[in-house]
Amino acid sequence: MAEKILLVDDEKDFVETLAERMRTRGMTVSTSTSAKDVLTNIDIESFDAIVLDLQMPDMDGIEALKLIRAKNPNLQVILLTGHATVEKGVEAMKLGALDLLEKPTDIEILTEKIKNASTKKMMLVQEETAGKIKDIIGGKGW
Amino acid sequence: MSLFKALKPEFLNYSAAESGPFKSLFNFRQLWRSRIIILLCVALTPLICLAIFTFLVTKHDTEREIHLRTIRLASNAKRTISFFFEERQAALDFIVRSNSFDQINDNSQLTNILQSLKDSIGGFTDLGIIDATGRQLQYVGPYNLQDVNYSSEEWFKEVSVRNYYISDVYLGFREVPHLIIAVKHTLPNGLTYVLRATLETKRFNEIISNLNLSGTEDAFLLNKQGIIQTPSRSHGKITEKLTLPVPAYSERTEVLEMQDNNDRKIIGYAYIPETSFIFMLIEKKSELMRPWRSSQEIIIFFIVLAILVILAVIYRVATHLVNQVFLADLKRVQTLHEVEQSSKLASIGRLAAGVAHEINNPLAIINEKAGLIKDIFSYKEEYKHDLKIIGLIDSVLASVERCAIITKRLLGFARHLDVSIQMVDIRSVIEDVLGFLIKEAEYRSIAVNLDIEENIPQFETDRGKLQQILLNLVNNAFAAMQDNGHLDIKIRLLEEGFVSVSVKDDGSGIPEADLKRIFEPFFSTKTKTGGTGLGLSITYGLIQELNGKLNVVSKFGVGSEFTILLPLKNTRATKGKNK
Repeated sequence: MAEKILLVDDEKDFVETLAERMRTRGMTVSTSTSAKDVLTNIDIESFDAIVLDLQMPDMDGIEALKLIRAKNPNLQVILLTGHATVEKGVEAMKLGALDLLEKPTDIEILTEKIKNASTKKMMLVQEETAGKIKDIIGGKGW
Repeated sequence: MSLFKALKPEFLNYSAAESGPFKSLFNFRQLWRSRIIILLCVALTPLICLAIFTFLVTKHDTEREIHLRTIRLASNAKRTISFFFEERQAALDFIVRSNSFDQINDNSQLTNILQSLKDSIGGFTDLGIIDATGRQLQYVGPYNLQDVNYSSEEWFKEVSVRNYYISDVYLGFREVPHLIIAVKHTLPNGLTYVLRATLETKRFNEIISNLNLSGTEDAFLLNKQGIIQTPSRSHGKITEKLTLPVPAYSERTEVLEMQDNNDRKIIGYAYIPETSFIFMLIEKKSELMRPWRSSQEIIIFFIVLAILVILAVIYRVATHLVNQVFLADLKRVQTLHEVEQSSKLASIGRLAAGVAHEINNPLAIINEKAGLIKDIFSYKEEYKHDLKIIGLIDSVLASVERCAIITKRLLGFARHLDVSIQMVDIRSVIEDVLGFLIKEAEYRSIAVNLDIEENIPQFETDRGKLQQILLNLVNNAFAAMQDNGHLDIKIRLLEEGFVSVSVKDDGSGIPEADLKRIFEPFFSTKTKTGGTGLGLSITYGLIQELNGKLNVVSKFGVGSEFTILLPLKNTRATKGKNK
């Protein structure tokens, strides 16, 4: 199954290139250069994972992470940063990010993380579905 | 001069120019000098005033005492001498009054009288009766002076007028000092005659010698012409003229001071009434003042001693005082330097972080683009076997990675400016530090030998500060070494809960004289080549902040070994001071 991911970075060159590389590795990739767009995008589409740059001009990665998690706690977010500090990392993990990677990243590592995210998402969705089925089974008098 | 050097306070060598932009607030030399002058004034002025006052008062008193004593002595002598003359005069008077002219003009009677005088009063040599014309009518005595005519003699004229006469001392024909007393008597029939007696001067020489004079004092009689009349100890012989001027006439006993040759003399004198004699008592002033002077010498000795002690104490106190100010000020300047240094580092850190971050983004793009090219080439059949292109791309990717390491280190440097105690692995710190310097080591062919004990745990300390400490030490070692040197870094775990890190070089070493001062701020042997003299002092400060210790062993020309001891547990966590 092809993972469906969203790449967010204010550097258009960076996202486009990374997206192309991901696609060659068999993933379905959408890109966005603004954190604000992401928030509207996730309403429309569903993603297995979102790769988010930590520092962007209009909205901070952490800020975006908070909003994304608020909208859909099942969404898996991987953060990318050019300025990794322990504090930022810890903060991001606390807010529910799956991982934090330093730029420039190794594509193989990123791919692996995305696969993990996708699996996790799948499990979460399955659990959710199972719950719903239970609800339906329990709720309706067959 | 070495004693002076040892006593010379350190701050005198200090010049404000050395402290760079943070000039000292004080001129220590001036401060020190004014302190000493003020203290000296306060302490010495009363002492010296008192000493001078005491000196003058006691001197005045002693002089008065001496004058009084001299007057007393002279008065006593005057009384005794006048009494001597009065006695003899009265005796002659008595003789002429109690004997008729006929009786007295009898040779045997006169001989009896002379004998009685010799036996009772004494001092008489001869007697003579002289009539109004000056002819000696009768003479008794050892010489043949019968019928000698005195009418032309001065004394005879004098006695005719004044009734009494006492002559000066003269040697006469006999070369024996003597004097004459003459009394004129008027008979009931109106005729006059004169009784003349010769006196030996021996008697009043005795009187004078009975005055109990001390060694340098001199007492004698003088006549009004300044001729010495009695033996003198040091002022000439009888009948010689006194070198000193004859003192002015006074009824009372007087005292005066006179400069004679090199001596100042105190002269007590008294005019003896009815005679031409002046009693002179001459004393050397210096001799009389001697007891006073010796007591003054003792006092002056003690005052000088006291002044020396005061000087020493004032010197110590003022020096100590100013030295305290100096040290405090030095510390202030040092702190300012440290603050400047750390804020400088902080700005460099921020700059580095900004640059690193900005570079990271394009670097990520290069990384991805190159990765994409690699991807394309790997997936397409026609390029798959072109190893040259793959190699080129790999080398681009390797370069990107190298850049990434550099930016990471820069970011790491910036991060370490925030002070915090954390668990630190000494190995990684050493590697970071050497990472900065390894290029220099390679260029200069310095062999760096790392010897780290296996069982060293992570320990609590401040990573950034530890890095800076090691960086400083290794930098110093490099600076001390020639090319092809050896640097040994040894890390050991000590039993007492310390980690010891020793940095040993085989460079120039530190002269023993400098060894004590190397941690002092502004002590530098590299001032000409841009050293601040702060490196080791900051390092020392940092080590103390980490509760560590720093030891140095160095031999000039052989090399130095700096050893730091760091506690495994940092109980007193030092909070960051940049914030």
